[in-house]
Amino acid sequence: MADSVKLNYVVPPDDFTRAGEASSAVKKTLKKLGIHPDVIRRVAIAMYEGEINMVIHAQGGEITVEIYPDRVVMVLADRGPGIANIDLAMQAGYSTAPEEVRNLGFGAGMGLPNMKKYTDEMQVESTLGVGTTVSMTVYNPA
Amino acid sequence: MRRQQGRRVFFAGALKALRLAERNVLINMEEYFHSVTLDRDACKGCTHCVKRCPTEAIRVRDGKAKIIKERCIDCGECIRICPHHAKQASFDPFEIVEGFTYKIVLPAPALYGQFNNLDDVDILLEALRMLGFDEVFEVARAAEIVSDSTRRLMSSGMLQRPVISSACPAVLRLIRVRFPELIPNILPLRAPIEVAAHMAKKEAAEKTGLPPEQIGAFFISPCPAKVTAVKRPLGSKQSAVDGVLAVRDVYPKLIRLMKEVAVTTEQAAAGRMGMGWGSSGGEAAALLNDRYLAADGIENVIKVLEDLEDDKFTDLDFVELNACSAGCVGGVLNVENPYVAKAKLKRIRKYRPVSCNHIEDEVPRLVKYDSVIDYQPVMELDSDLSAAMEKMRHMQELEDSLPGLDCGSCGAPTCRALAEDIVRGFAKEDDCIFRIKENLATLEGHARQDRAHNEGEQK
Repeated sequence: MADSVKLNYVVPPDDFTRAGEASSAVKKTLKKLGIHPDVIRRVAIAMYEGEINMVIHAQGGEITVEIYPDRVVMVLADRGPGIANIDLAMQAGYSTAPEEVRNLGFGAGMGLPNMKKYTDEMQVESTLGVGTTVSMTVYNPA
Repeated sequence: MRRQQGRRVFFAGALKALRLAERNVLINMEEYFHSVTLDRDACKGCTHCVKRCPTEAIRVRDGKAKIIKERCIDCGECIRICPHHAKQASFDPFEIVEGFTYKIVLPAPALYGQFNNLDDVDILLEALRMLGFDEVFEVARAAEIVSDSTRRLMSSGMLQRPVISSACPAVLRLIRVRFPELIPNILPLRAPIEVAAHMAKKEAAEKTGLPPEQIGAFFISPCPAKVTAVKRPLGSKQSAVDGVLAVRDVYPKLIRLMKEVAVTTEQAAAGRMGMGWGSSGGEAAALLNDRYLAADGIENVIKVLEDLEDDKFTDLDFVELNACSAGCVGGVLNVENPYVAKAKLKRIRKYRPVSCNHIEDEVPRLVKYDSVIDYQPVMELDSDLSAAMEKMRHMQELEDSLPGLDCGSCGAPTCRALAEDIVRGFAKEDDCIFRIKENLATLEGHARQDRAHNEGEQK
């Protein structure tokens, strides 16, 4: 595959006000590349969900976005507690978010399900006590 | 006979298509009309406007500001911020009304908030008539029709939620260049000013029997974006407004005339709902649905649009966005402080009925959009994806090498914008003064080394 455009972001821990910065920057880049609005929308939604997850559950982490002519690949890696049961976490409405986070209007248990819904491919790799890596791909129709 | 008729219809259709094509060419040629312009002599080349522009549409080149016409949305932020009054809004001179037999004036709701101790709308409406108009048609009347139509459309369930208001032309243009994903959420109804012009002309034609071309409708505008909306409409093929006057231009004359008004006849025909459109939250409140959000001020509007893109809001039916703080009363062509005007508008509204204008069963055709709003990819680096990616990589390298201070000395708003300008071929790396300083230091270092070397040789 031809060269790609690579973007890296650090998601700081415990800061809801900064969650969304990465997705906002990625949107700007995708617009400058002339990527189809629908692709941009799906990438933005999935990334924002991922960023919020990293803030709520994992003390932040790192995001790598690689833009290829035919697809956008997002890899969100954290060194958080890990997910005990991925199948359960993928169920709509299941959440382990603490009460104070739910009071902020987050932690509805829709994070991973929405990320799956808005992307074409998604893999979750997680090891308890080590961290979680979510890889998502949105295809860009030619 | 029948065939002949058919042919005539065909010819008429072909002719109409031709005329339309002709007009489209014209429109394309002058696609970038802007009501915000620059007075080169007054411009000092500072970077206030460059930094303030929400679409990064201004650069300083050769010591003067330059507006990138493809990007400008006519929001008027640069007019507001410029300390030298070099940014100007263009609008029509009053003489424009002279070309018409029957003249109708369309006052914006924001106009009601510009006067002290005005409790009776009729005084203002009478003074407007005395300015030289045959008819006064309040835009607030049309706003009530738009509100009623919005309620009807929203209850039909056919609109994509959340519905974004189409009333602020600067916001529409902002969405068109920066938030294409949200175009389907735009309320497909014309702004009250357009609806007002259509309604007023129709009423006048019925009343006077005059042909349409002899009836002129003139809007008194609070902002330059509405001037552009009339000259280059979005969602309408052609505007029904014949000229746009500025609030601040007619204000002194109005003040004088209002003092002369002796007896008032009842003219006010809009209620609290329509008049409420003049300040932020008014349009949304008229929907009688509390699942709404109203944001004003361009920075806040951008934040809300960003969040809408990310699907951050659930349980939201309607989003009202106004580019100016406090809403239309905050437009740069007004006279009064926006928040004072908002308070005055609230006071004068108090004695009016809730709403005086309603639609019948269906949303009237004249309220609906008759053309689509299309995405203007002006931010795109290249129309070819691989070329755009190449430019993006180059841009990233450049950005990393620039100091990241966003000082504006190069004439671009940020280091990233300079990197973009370089990639696009509009600027060079030497435009960065820090880069020049570095180069000078390097040269100096070389010179010193050379000197030392030469001195060493001499010894």
